[in-house]
Amino acid sequence: MTPLDTLKLSFSTVVSYRTRSLLIVLAMALGVAAVVVLTALGDGARRYVVGQFSSLGTNLVIVLPGRAETSGGFPGAALGQTPRDLTLEDARFVGQLPQVRRYAPLNVGVAELTAGGRLREVTVLGSTAELLPIRSMKLAQGSFLAHGSERSAQIVLGSALAREFFPDGTVVGQRIRLGDSRFLVSGVLASQGESMGFNTDEIAIIPIDYAQELFNTESLFRILVEAKSRNAIESAKAAITHVLKLRHDGEEDVTVITQDAVLATFDRILRALTLGVAGIAAISLAVAGILVMNVMLVAVAQRTSEIGLLKAIGAPAADIRRLFFAEALWLSLAGGAIGFALGHFGAWMIRLAYPLLPAWPPTWASVAGVATALLTGILASLLPAARAAKLDPVLALSGK
Amino acid sequence: MIRLAEITRVFHMGDQEVRALNNISIDIASGEYVSIMGPSGSGKSTLLNVIGLLDRSDSGHYELDGTDVTDLSENERARVRREKIGFVFQSFHLVPRLTAAENIGLPLILGGIDPAERKSRVDAALDAFDLRDRAHHRPAELSGGQRQRVAIARATIMRPTALLADEPTGNLDHRIGAEVMALLEGLHHAGTTLIVVTHDRELGARAHRHIGMRDGEIVADET
Ligand SMILES: Nc1ncnc2c1ncn2[C@@H]1O[C@H](COP(=O)(O)OP(=O)(O)OP(=O)(O)O)[C@@H](O)[C@H]1O
Ligand SMILES: [Mg+2]
Repeated sequence: MTPLDTLKLSFSTVVSYRTRSLLIVLAMALGVAAVVVLTALGDGARRYVVGQFSSLGTNLVIVLPGRAETSGGFPGAALGQTPRDLTLEDARFVGQLPQVRRYAPLNVGVAELTAGGRLREVTVLGSTAELLPIRSMKLAQGSFLAHGSERSAQIVLGSALAREFFPDGTVVGQRIRLGDSRFLVSGVLASQGESMGFNTDEIAIIPIDYAQELFNTESLFRILVEAKSRNAIESAKAAITHVLKLRHDGEEDVTVITQDAVLATFDRILRALTLGVAGIAAISLAVAGILVMNVMLVAVAQRTSEIGLLKAIGAPAADIRRLFFAEALWLSLAGGAIGFALGHFGAWMIRLAYPLLPAWPPTWASVAGVATALLTGILASLLPAARAAKLDPVLALSGK
Repeated sequence: MIRLAEITRVFHMGDQEVRALNNISIDIASGEYVSIMGPSGSGKSTLLNVIGLLDRSDSGHYELDGTDVTDLSENERARVRREKIGFVFQSFHLVPRLTAAENIGLPLILGGIDPAERKSRVDAALDAFDLRDRAHHRPAELSGGQRQRVAIARATIMRPTALLADEPTGNLDHRIGAEVMALLEGLHHAGTTLIVVTHDRELGARAHRHIGMRDGEIVADET
């Protein structure tokens, strides 16, 4: 019996047992679709997070006050000391390091913004002109906190704020009041939406000195540092840690995180998560495999006399084994293909429903899903096929 | 040429032993027309199954067309069945999913015959057995006589040397049964060895050689 004839004959068998075949194909398809959809979700989440981090800026190193380590902790903590503040002076020293291209000190607070007869609380960032390139933000109008004019009372508004307070569109050059101080609007940020917890459309940015005055603090919330290159990130991190330790009387009381490290961690966690859900979905495929095996065993029992007939007219055991094997192949092939299509359709629906989530099924998951379907189907057919091939022709003919 | 020498076939039912064939020796020449008759349980089907290489004997020797086929492997037996033996059963044994033409062509597919040759042979068989207008019907849509004609067409499509029929008319009424017998006899006239197991004395009498069985032994062999 040629392979082509085997495939044709088993195909006509699969088609003629319509309900049985549809059930198996459905079970297989749902398993494959589950793998595809769940990995699309997992990988979508990963891409989303990675995208968010990347939008922070390139070669970014972030310095924050206090030790973030859980083991050991800040050595002074046991003595009731609080970690030393990060100061503008610290930031300036960091900025001098040869590995550092630019730096921006950062303060965050909330203040009342009054303009054009409106009043509301807004989130205020205090920083320098370098914030713009470090965070890869863009201006829609005007200028950012111009170099050398840190001490002038300028303010840059997020696009939503600008629209809200100045609906007529003339924003740059307007005077506004923030807390008790007056500021001149120098620019408006281009709209870019949410990025790591800050909606940049809803913030106002003022020079760092004014911010420290406004919030009555000497300490910084963060220092954002851009390393000279990707390769300089690690040595920048070490140098920053070193110089701040020297400045803080030998205490290592700051945490320096690199965007790469954070990114890599999230990437790893979310990849593991995706792999995990893929594994769980694959279990449903194994269940489908058991279903295939069961149905094939029933088929062998039902078609016993037919198997006897095939043997009587001269089919060798191998032909009979291959016939059942090919049936399982067709079923799992159909299940895999339909599941693939169903899964991609599902992922498309998710992308429609949540446009922010790039829920594209990873190629490996689609391939693995379909391959697992084929493999389970084939494995599940081995036992029934062997059982059919082993039947005694005389007994089989009489249906026993 | 079929040559059985001291063939014994024993079935075990629990601790009971059934000698379905008890030391049977028989020669059947090519082209003979033989009927096998006997009471139920006398071993007629078992004898036919051994001759058709569907069943093995427990002892004795079997020579088919000059070759010893007693100890052939399962695969070789399948090949001999495919090439030399045609079976016709009481209950037709057609594959319900396949059309008449497809049922007839099944042995050709198993034999790896190429599709063009297959088609011409099946077409010829459909004509020979008057099934042309039933070619695309499934067994469920055929009458008993038509089903047995399909089964006979299938049994002869590989041009076997021996045709073994186990009560081929058992499920048919008398008139149709006679037609089917006539068909088988036609094949015998064309040179095929024909061995028919039957309960019907009248049909059995039409053969040229009559073998009688009882309790696994041959009790009569007349020409
Ligand atoms: N697979 C088997 N297992 C056990 N005993 C069997 C088996 N096949 C046949 N027998 C026994 O062997 C004996 C001969 O059986 P066989 O089928 O050859 O008889 P038969 O002459 O064809 O009878 P019938 O006219 O009823 O078809 C019977 O006693 C039967 O019970
Ligand atoms: Mg019988």
